[in-house]
Amino acid sequence: MSDMDDMDDGSGVVKKFLFLNRKAPHGTVYALEGLEVVLITAAFDQDVSMVFTDDGVFQLMKGIDSKGIEVKDFSKTYRALEGYDIEKLYVDQASMDARGLTEDDLIVDVTVLSVDEMANLMAEQDVVISF
Amino acid sequence: MLHIVNKSAAERSSLESCLRMATKGSAVLLIEDAVYAATNGNAAAAKIQAAAADLKIYALGPDLAARGMAGRVLDGVNVVDYGGFVDLVAEHSNCQSWL
Amino acid sequence: MQFGILVNEGPYTHQASDTAYLFARSAIEKGHTVPRVFFYHDGVNNSTRLATPPQDDRNVSARWSKLAADHGVDLVVCVAAAQRRGINDDVLAPGFRISGLGQLVEMGIQYDRLVTFGD
Repeated sequence: MSDMDDMDDGSGVVKKFLFLNRKAPHGTVYALEGLEVVLITAAFDQDVSMVFTDDGVFQLMKGIDSKGIEVKDFSKTYRALEGYDIEKLYVDQASMDARGLTEDDLIVDVTVLSVDEMANLMAEQDVVISF
Repeated sequence: MLHIVNKSAAERSSLESCLRMATKGSAVLLIEDAVYAATNGNAAAAKIQAAAADLKIYALGPDLAARGMAGRVLDGVNVVDYGGFVDLVAEHSNCQSWL
Repeated sequence: MQFGILVNEGPYTHQASDTAYLFARSAIEKGHTVPRVFFYHDGVNNSTRLATPPQDDRNVSARWSKLAADHGVDLVVCVAAAQRRGINDDVLAPGFRISGLGQLVEMGIQYDRLVTFGD
């Protein structure tokens, strides 16, 4: 699926990378450019998780149509992540509840975590990159 | 884990989300506009004081001073300088910025 | 210890770049190394040599350049973010170079710590 060359840094080191997404799409650039980092990271054979919490859960909405705001629609790229072996996508139940969302509203399969589960996930990471 | 928060609690939900997610024994460092939460009378002060039971709370001194808040720091909040900031990052095996 | 730094915001509008710089400088003063600083999103705007801020205030681009010159810090600007924002080789201040996001991932893999400064 990926046409990227293997960009392994050669060391054989595998770290737990977590990408923290807390912002809605389109109001700021962080969702789009954050996704671009994750796609590049896929080539490095690291242990990658993506967390969507607070308004970050909105990045995964079905039915996004950005034609009217004349901005590139990148929402389908989340579906391409699986092909890059980026499969660990997490949302927290509380953020979904606060926004009236269920898993059926989302464009990809996610693992829904409680606050404590998400807290423990974050605590065990080697590298957390926030956008 | 060291959690770093940089926005005012009155402007952004990042402090609230951080305190929700920080596991017991973690450290939280307030920098830039987030330092206001660590000052007497601030609406977020109660939240900070409650969190201090389970978390170590720090505030960046130069940012407090730059905002005229150096004399108003909550009891129980540890004030550090940039050197102390560096030490906190070094001492914790991982760190996370709440933007 | 090796510290990596990610700067997500441009100069002046957000304090992120200032805090990142002061953190980097402190880390070096304490005997750590900061091998690379990566500039992403509007952070790429830290790299322009065209800024002429008032003389009585800090020159954000220039002091990053000085950190690079004095301590060998590799200042990397993301190519994709740079292209979006009109930063190219012609406008780079000394010490900055344009490269890919892989440089950021490598920092996470190779360094002891990676700290994000943003909005």
